[in-house]
Amino acid sequence: MAFDQEKDQFRVLGTRPDRPDGLDKVTGKARYGADMSASGMLHGAIVRSPHAHARIVKIDASKALAMKGVKAVVTRADFPDGQKGEDWNIMENCMAGERALYDGHAVAAVAATTPWLARDAAKAVEVEYEILPHVTDVDKAMQDGAPVIREGAANYSVPEGMHPNVVRFIEFGHGDVEKGFEEADVVMENSYTTEATHQGYIEPHACLAQMGSDGRGELWCCTQGHWFVRRMSAACLGIEVSKLRVTPSEIGGGFGGKTTVFIDPVALALSRKADRPVKIVMSREEVLRATGPTAAASMDVKIGMTKDGKMTAGKAVFRMTGGAFPMAPVDSALACAFACYDLENVQHEGYDVMSNRPKQAAYRAPGSPMAAFAVESLVDEMCRELKLDPLEVRLKNAAKEGTKSSAGPTYPRIGLVETLEAAKAHPHFTAPLGPNQGRGIASGYWMNWGGETSVSLALSEDGTVTVSVGTPDIGGSRASVAMMAAEALGVEYEDVRVNVVETGALGVNEPTHGSRATFATGLATIEAATQAKKTLCERAAAKWGIDAEAVIWEDGCAKPSGPNAGEFPPLSIGEICAKMGRTGGPISGHFEATPMGFGGSFGTHIVDVEVDPETGHTSVVRYTVVQDAGKAIHPSYVEGQFQGGAAQGIGWALNEEYIYGEDGRLQNPIFLDYRVPVASDLPMIDTVIVEVPNPGHPYGVRGVGETGITPPLPAIANAVADATGQRLRGLPVSPPKILAAIKG
Amino acid sequence: MVDVTLWSSMRRFADGQETVSVAGNTVGEVLQNLVTSYPGLEPVIEDGASLAVNGEYAGDSLQMEIKEGDEVFLLQRVRGG
Amino acid sequence: MSLVHVTTKVNGDEAEFLCEPRETLLDVLRDRLGLTGSKEGCGTGDCGACSVTIDGRLVSSCLVLGVEAEGKEIATIEGMAQGEALHPLQRKFIEHAALQCGFCTPGILVAAKSLLEKDPDPSEEDIRYWLAGNLCRCTGYDKIVRAVQDAAKEMREGV
Repeated sequence: MAFDQEKDQFRVLGTRPDRPDGLDKVTGKARYGADMSASGMLHGAIVRSPHAHARIVKIDASKALAMKGVKAVVTRADFPDGQKGEDWNIMENCMAGERALYDGHAVAAVAATTPWLARDAAKAVEVEYEILPHVTDVDKAMQDGAPVIREGAANYSVPEGMHPNVVRFIEFGHGDVEKGFEEADVVMENSYTTEATHQGYIEPHACLAQMGSDGRGELWCCTQGHWFVRRMSAACLGIEVSKLRVTPSEIGGGFGGKTTVFIDPVALALSRKADRPVKIVMSREEVLRATGPTAAASMDVKIGMTKDGKMTAGKAVFRMTGGAFPMAPVDSALACAFACYDLENVQHEGYDVMSNRPKQAAYRAPGSPMAAFAVESLVDEMCRELKLDPLEVRLKNAAKEGTKSSAGPTYPRIGLVETLEAAKAHPHFTAPLGPNQGRGIASGYWMNWGGETSVSLALSEDGTVTVSVGTPDIGGSRASVAMMAAEALGVEYEDVRVNVVETGALGVNEPTHGSRATFATGLATIEAATQAKKTLCERAAAKWGIDAEAVIWEDGCAKPSGPNAGEFPPLSIGEICAKMGRTGGPISGHFEATPMGFGGSFGTHIVDVEVDPETGHTSVVRYTVVQDAGKAIHPSYVEGQFQGGAAQGIGWALNEEYIYGEDGRLQNPIFLDYRVPVASDLPMIDTVIVEVPNPGHPYGVRGVGETGITPPLPAIANAVADATGQRLRGLPVSPPKILAAIKG
Repeated sequence: MVDVTLWSSMRRFADGQETVSVAGNTVGEVLQNLVTSYPGLEPVIEDGASLAVNGEYAGDSLQMEIKEGDEVFLLQRVRGG
Repeated sequence: MSLVHVTTKVNGDEAEFLCEPRETLLDVLRDRLGLTGSKEGCGTGDCGACSVTIDGRLVSSCLVLGVEAEGKEIATIEGMAQGEALHPLQRKFIEHAALQCGFCTPGILVAAKSLLEKDPDPSEEDIRYWLAGNLCRCTGYDKIVRAVQDAAKEMREGV
């Protein structure tokens, strides 16, 4: 793909204009998933299993259906059979078949005239269960005798002889790790655990579905990717994909958790059965019990290091459980584990294990935070053992352009060293610490993503611009896309409107995931603008009676260029568009691709904590994020991604965890007990935007959304170790654990 | 011919080889020829494994060009949040 | 279940509605009065997305019954701007990029307004503790706190 030469002077990029959806969002006008209504609308409620593992013997909905105002009940019998692979997993997760596989698993759903009535009716559905043995711990789920979640779920990758709950096996590396460990002066090996955490978006899942007896359906929902919703829902309902039209609402946070479906196929099935529109809005308890937390992890890491801090070998063995279905992100965790290091000898081994937990969903840099916790903690431990500066050791071993990455392929231009240098130069790094305080640093990585992308850019009669994109705006992407369109066309930011359009309006778009929206949608927008500019130049050339090649586009105007072009006053975009109907028709640009060259992003964080020796409570007293953005289009929202990622990582490190009881039930399914960071838990979060341009994007953009959640887990644990002298190898490092460690 | 390095968990589907040589000028052709030469790799590739060419992960971009001497890895698909 | 007739005032306007005794004020605002600016994030009073004021007192409307609105004055996010003129907090939130997804924003703005009415010059710590009942998962709170500080300054200086 050939792009314009990189500009070093930008007119719009790097400024901080108001976001276009700001006004609606500060006045309460923005419409989210639960804010839509339809004529004759019913309300749906879902019946959920109270057991971690149980055979569904019988579902009797007669009492519910006898209630006045109850219009329909659906169970798995209302969905067709025949889904394959991941489609089957999604169907089974949306509505249990023969067995309930985790606490909160949907087993039936009702539709009624009011939300309260629907909830009453759901309680009136009688489900007879035969309780089965369960397992929720990843290590126990792999042991002999552990209850089997599903026979035959393992794929091709699992060698014979492993427990049936091991459903995928991954192994890769290079060099000779045994030789590498022999060359080391110090070899350390430790085990680390992280608990499952939830994305914790504040908006619960919600949708409004309408489906007729002809199998045509419409869906309004909060999602990171409505084409994914369309495909997955169609697969569950057994209809052609194009029969569904999905319109995304504003989305109240996703962080990966809204890249799949939970209630959408159920609402459609209820609507089909009741022949009325059906709205389903999840409660927070349902969100925590039955939508994707991330995986729980148990990890062994071994590293060899010379006395002067050169790493000679690294080995990682990770076990992760993503619940009662395959696809725990153990592969990406391993791919990120040693990504920061230039290692001659490295070995990875991973096990994807099923257990009686909800189906994991992607969560911001899936797998990478856990991997970083294990590897970056051990690196810190070794630096302490060898009395070496942890930042200098990272610089000494840092991966850079041309390094053979731990995953194998050679790195293109990357910015890890630049983030380490910036962290070293930051006043935070050398600031004095107070009593009971400690400092931790850690680095992290996410490889980012391109993904299927389709964008249309249309010019209006007055020369203003409408861009239609397919990636829902979670964190300000309409602003960044409008800025890139304005930059490319030479128009004002305010003259560009960006709309996130429904599935009928564009080709397939992957969700806003993998930190791809500003990269991929931005790239497609710039290309669409380039097409529009070409047409604009042609119109000007026709008016002037000269070759189109003799016209250039500059500052939002067509201008004659070159020795034989002649002298004509510039034609502005508005002047050309005012007459476009009579000069050849509408002017637009369109671009679609699955762009590559997405360029990974590295970050380095510095954190100071203060640990109360009486209570074991940890306060974060200072925090600095340094990360490579390639090129920051709207710096405020880049900073926002850095800060938000850090806050989520701090929550994961200190407070957040899924707590399962002996009965396999989730013990903390409300925000009071599943405690995400609140304003008084955090300090200001300082940010440093490093810009090492990504050669794969015309303006150098690298996705920035995910990397920021990766370093906080180990950085906090390293800071706690610095403050207390105690190394905690299981997250969260909660007050009871710290207190127990301090008191010995 | 293009030399493709396999992640070690995939090698048993290719007679234990770390690197295999197949023909092809694009990612799609190389993946197709891998399956033809080593049918055991079919489920791996069906599952979404793709190539990294000179450090760039191709993903679904089957049209991406490959030439002899390029660094080519077959590795598993990873998705973000 | 028989419905109860309630007469109240919302954002300065007289309002009447019928509701079940068990319906929350949030349910009533959203489903019966069509004011969907207040959000439900938890339903248990832990997230603050449904923050409104009743007779000037900040509450989580998911923990108040609809019938309790009888004879009271309710203020929601929809009443915060005066016509086209945004409240300084609303302007500063946009200016400081203090929102990403925006779902928690209405509740945080209502809560922050309530703080500034009590204390026009709150410290960073005051702001953080006052807003501790309003969860934001996107921003890490940094830009929210700065936006509140800046709005407070502007309001004090009467610009």
